Amino acid sequence: MPADLGAFLQGVFDQVHLWASQSPFWSALFTLGWGIVKVVLVLGFIIVNVLVLVWLERKFSGRVQSRLGPMRVGRPHGWAQTIADMIKLLGKEDIVPRAADKALFVIAPVVIFTATMLVYVVVPMGPRAIVSDLNIGVLYLAAAASFTVISVLMAGWGSSSKWSLLGALRGAAMLVSYEVPMVLAVMGVVLLSGTLSTNAIVKSQSGLWYILVQPIGFLVFLAALFAELNRVPFDLAEAESELVSGFNIEYSGLRFAFFFLAEYANLLALSAIAVTLYFGGWQGPFLPPFVWFMLKTYGFIILVMWIRWTLPRVRVDQLLEFGWKVLLPAALVNLAVTGVYVLLT
Amino acid sequence: MGSYFEVLLFLLTGVIFVFVGLGVASLFRPALPSTPKQSIYECGMRPFGDTLGKFRVRYYVFALVFVVFDVEAVFLYPWAVVFREIGLVGFVEMLIFLGVLVIGLVYAWKKRVLQWS
Repeated sequence: MPADLGAFLQGVFDQVHLWASQSPFWSALFTLGWGIVKVVLVLGFIIVNVLVLVWLERKFSGRVQSRLGPMRVGRPHGWAQTIADMIKLLGKEDIVPRAADKALFVIAPVVIFTATMLVYVVVPMGPRAIVSDLNIGVLYLAAAASFTVISVLMAGWGSSSKWSLLGALRGAAMLVSYEVPMVLAVMGVVLLSGTLSTNAIVKSQSGLWYILVQPIGFLVFLAALFAELNRVPFDLAEAESELVSGFNIEYSGLRFAFFFLAEYANLLALSAIAVTLYFGGWQGPFLPPFVWFMLKTYGFIILVMWIRWTLPRVRVDQLLEFGWKVLLPAALVNLAVTGVYVLLT
Repeated sequence: MGSYFEVLLFLLTGVIFVFVGLGVASLFRPALPSTPKQSIYECGMRPFGDTLGKFRVRYYVFALVFVVFDVEAVFLYPWAVVFREIGLVGFVEMLIFLGVLVIGLVYAWKKRVLQWS
């Protein structure tokens, strides 16, 4: 039945597309309308998943720490807790510190949320379920994802609080240490697939997942991912127990909610990217591609949460030295070995 | 291959969504500013000193090396895409290019600039 529905929708889409392509005005309008449909779908996808993810993380951390997590709001198991939190944040007073650099303070949440939205453009959720299959996908991804650090810097500097400034400077230190290893690790996948398009990378993994041929690359990527996601063991820019809340300490109400939303949306997006690059993306037997995509992504997110709630935080100097003396050489060696492998096969 | 129209659309949506959200929230939330509320948070104490004063960024040299390697990574992407076509020659050329950079990295390492203190 879903296959029939899909075919039907495809037929309607093709008819409308054909009809619209007869005049330039309707054609442009069609492109715009279809784009807006995609935006609404992705925005809905992000919000629903973030609500689930925040709840999941709280329940999961509860399990790890031998407690129950949220139980009261919504039964069973406090499923409505995140929704209640969102409504609460909506009604909270919006406090902008007098000493703050207003422009930077206001723009920072916009930048971090927009950067996250941009990542979703190239996330392949099915053979055709991709917003726009850019032919420079992976490069675009590296560019879009690193905008979050600019937001961290803007927020930290703009708040003109000592905690937030320390958080922002650490955020920049993290970027300096993980960005290059991450890009070089992903290069191994690009070498094997010979393309930068994310959907083509998934398609090229029909026989073999790249994690099996790129174990070192994956480990480097994983370590860099934790830094990119600002998560323990590399959550230095936030570091609740030492910087109180780091770069976003002065934010309250909905402005803070946007940082929070972006953080979890980013977790989902980059987990999806990890699945795309190393775990065959939407490929899998029996089940529909989208189901496989979601299963793998949530599996990966559970792994990320597990590590977050198990390991302690590293120091910033340890991260810098780890990035340059372990991750970077490992990524370079991986690249050279992969090059030889591709030459021989 | 996809178009960049969606990228623009997503960019605009990200910006609009945040401002619309803040606009909607302004209908519900109270606005009662006061001096203690609008001061900087320093664990409940009165903030002292100047925040944006002198600050020693100790990873300055890391940042310099980072710029070099980040640009190098951008050069590597097109190479990786056409790798199968250019074959051994391309591989050796890239090894030479990387080798020069690795010598730089080893030099920085030996000069002890890849250290926090």
